[in-house]
Amino acid sequence: MPNYLLLLYSEPDAFNETSPAEMQAIIQKYRDWRMRLQSAGVIVGGEKLQDGSGRVMRRTGGETSVLDGPYTESKEIIGGFFEIQAENYDRAVATANDCPHLEYGTIEIREVEMIVTKQG
Amino acid sequence: MTADPEQLVDHLFRRHSAKIVATLTRVFGSRHLDLAEDVVQDALVKALQQWPFKGIPENPAAWLTLVAKNRALDLLRRDASLASKAAELESALPHLASPSLPSGAEMDDQLALILMCCHPALPIEYQIALTLKTACGFSTAEIARAFLTPQPTIAQRLVRAKRQIRDHNIVIDPPSADDLPARIDSVLRVIYLVFNEGYSATSGDDLVRTDLCEEAMRLGLLLVDQSPLQLPAAHALLALMMLQAARLPARTLDDGSLAVLSEQNRDLWDRKLIAQGMRHFGASASGNTVTTYHLQAEIAAEHTTAASEAETDWPKLVELYDELYKLEPTPIVLLNRAIAISRAQGPHAGLSALEAIDAHQSLRNYHLLPAVAAELWKQAGDRRRAAESYERALECPCSGPERAFLEAQLQRLQ
Repeated sequence: MPNYLLLLYSEPDAFNETSPAEMQAIIQKYRDWRMRLQSAGVIVGGEKLQDGSGRVMRRTGGETSVLDGPYTESKEIIGGFFEIQAENYDRAVATANDCPHLEYGTIEIREVEMIVTKQG
Repeated sequence: MTADPEQLVDHLFRRHSAKIVATLTRVFGSRHLDLAEDVVQDALVKALQQWPFKGIPENPAAWLTLVAKNRALDLLRRDASLASKAAELESALPHLASPSLPSGAEMDDQLALILMCCHPALPIEYQIALTLKTACGFSTAEIARAFLTPQPTIAQRLVRAKRQIRDHNIVIDPPSADDLPARIDSVLRVIYLVFNEGYSATSGDDLVRTDLCEEAMRLGLLLVDQSPLQLPAAHALLALMMLQAARLPARTLDDGSLAVLSEQNRDLWDRKLIAQGMRHFGASASGNTVTTYHLQAEIAAEHTTAASEAETDWPKLVELYDELYKLEPTPIVLLNRAIAISRAQGPHAGLSALEAIDAHQSLRNYHLLPAVAAELWKQAGDRRRAAESYERALECPCSGPERAFLEAQLQRLQ
């Protein structure tokens, strides 16, 4: 079964005004969602990416530029990702559909390409 | 990823963040209250951004404390005037780690913070807003919802309260022994008003209002547990709050409508809370001053310990309301007294007691006054006047469940 990456985008300062009680409730929702996936054996992994840091590199005409980014205020950036198993995109979408993140940001789904190596 | 992370303890974020704010404010000084709050908010946001992916850490409170500490140390390094606080911060924060085993020092910080928030130099509505925001961890929006006040108004009160703390040099250190009784009185008043706001529930967000009642009781307990003084008035207030809160589950029927005292299912009352309330009521008798909290607690105790509404000692309640009126000469006390008189001496006696209140301007639009009159006219057998009174009650502002209750009563008469 192929793996899919769920890339979770959100605005970095989306929660600055959120109350402690609301934050706890949101965390609980993510936890419940992840637990459901875990007990169904669907989830492969997940990582949080560091906020507020990053570099964007580009080479033009032999000159390499290194810029801070992609972290900019009020623009959605990838906060982290989950890797899940699904039969196809439809199933992957169904899994992401009840992720609480959709209330606060965007989810991008990409299938992980499997490299098939033939022996002999 | 954690295999099976624990559920978070109820209210952990709100209460633990208030604890960290208390300790940080003590270390930084009261003029840096904003800084302490920002540090803690940053730590909570970090948890919110990390835990969905990494799972809830084994000791969430310790995690939050550590992240807040590191963030605070970061800020100290940048601010020369605060640099000397680093060592103090290192030693102050570690014992915040466990939510279940509060250490003495940590509670002292919280009590000191509450005393600062309720400083009598601040207007009472600033005291309430600041206590809820800083010592209880409610957001501006939540306070606004609970008090049916526009959010910018609450935000403004908080800004002004903090400015006055700086201007008047109100410190977070424990007050002197001479000042302490007056300062405690001020805290009790804030707790009482917060509880009443949660308890009276005329409208607004029910969930926040339950939280207000719970917070008021938590602050009261913190006070009697931590204060070096014997606090009979605080025990009386705790008794009052617990005996009232114990009856909350019976006040609303399954369909959300209101149940009057005589119709309440007494099996739904929280017996454990009643027992706890009665213990504090006992402890409240240790002093030689009778406060309004004492009298109100005794009234609540009379209601809660009576086997039924009919077996309640109504003549005693009339006496208690007479005593209460001496300390608190308000029309609301008179209204409750009139109800007690009607139960003790019959509806006509109650109605004449009500007439005396009619003159009070402040109750002009208060729905309970005509609603009580309607009930008494009904008991007296005068359906026409009862209906007229219900109609008058319906012209006043009141909550959805109350309106439904009054309309149903009126329909039954027609």
